[in-house]
Amino acid sequence: MVPTLSNYLLVSGVLFTIGLGGVLLRRNILVIFMGLELMLNAANLSLVAFSRFNLSVGDLPAYNAQTFVFFIITVAAAEVAVGLAIIVALFRAKQTVHVEDLDALKF
Amino acid sequence: MQTAIFWLLSVLMLLFGGLAVFSRGPVNCAMSLVFCFVCLAGLFVTLDAFFIGIIQILVYAGAVMVLFLFIIMLLDLKNERVRRLSLSSWAGGGLVLCGFLGILGKVLAADPRLSMAKPALASPPVDDVMAVGAVLFRNFNLPFQIIAVLLLVATVGVVLLSRKEIK
Repeated sequence: MVPTLSNYLLVSGVLFTIGLGGVLLRRNILVIFMGLELMLNAANLSLVAFSRFNLSVGDLPAYNAQTFVFFIITVAAAEVAVGLAIIVALFRAKQTVHVEDLDALKF
Repeated sequence: MQTAIFWLLSVLMLLFGGLAVFSRGPVNCAMSLVFCFVCLAGLFVTLDAFFIGIIQILVYAGAVMVLFLFIIMLLDLKNERVRRLSLSSWAGGGLVLCGFLGILGKVLAADPRLSMAKPALASPPVDDVMAVGAVLFRNFNLPFQIIAVLLLVATVGVVLLSRKEIK
């Protein structure tokens, strides 16, 4: 039995759930950020799976989806750079990366 | 063969993903995440997306995770002190995750179109980079240029953010 589209989507969904669990249940801001990256990559996996399973004209993979993945990876790289710079600035100001100690914006 | 590779890579990827999110030391998390991304690149290759697989390794496992490791070492983070999450946050988080997985399973089981096997390609996509590049420069030329501006803004923003004092 070769892997089907729903196998790939299931793996991608479980990866997304792991990332979401990290964001919801961890308290280290760096690990929360890593969970975000996992969620982005899960979305990438489902896009590439759809591109391979829905062929475009000439029996080629739908390259539009792979181009989207290219854009997502670029935006994610920029996002990581800015996010880590913010975390470093936060650490300089507060000396902690624990989100329960970062409650200055809390109402 | 294909099936075995798919399940091996998926199980390894989910295992390392779980380790990345739920192990104590930040360095352990980052290293597990690197392995997770490498397995994900392998999954992209099983889907005949060679270009995406390679930039996944170059950009994610290479650049992004090195940045993470640099920051972890720069901040000199120790292992987290064990702090108990309150029961309500565990319950809330678990509820959201179980609900999400349940909906996912329902959707995947409901649609028979999702259980199709891989359709055969006309030819093995050896000129993968060329095909992605053609789509990128023909159909998505303007977004491509906008993304260049985004990268420039991100670079300038990071330099500004990491100054000692923001005036």
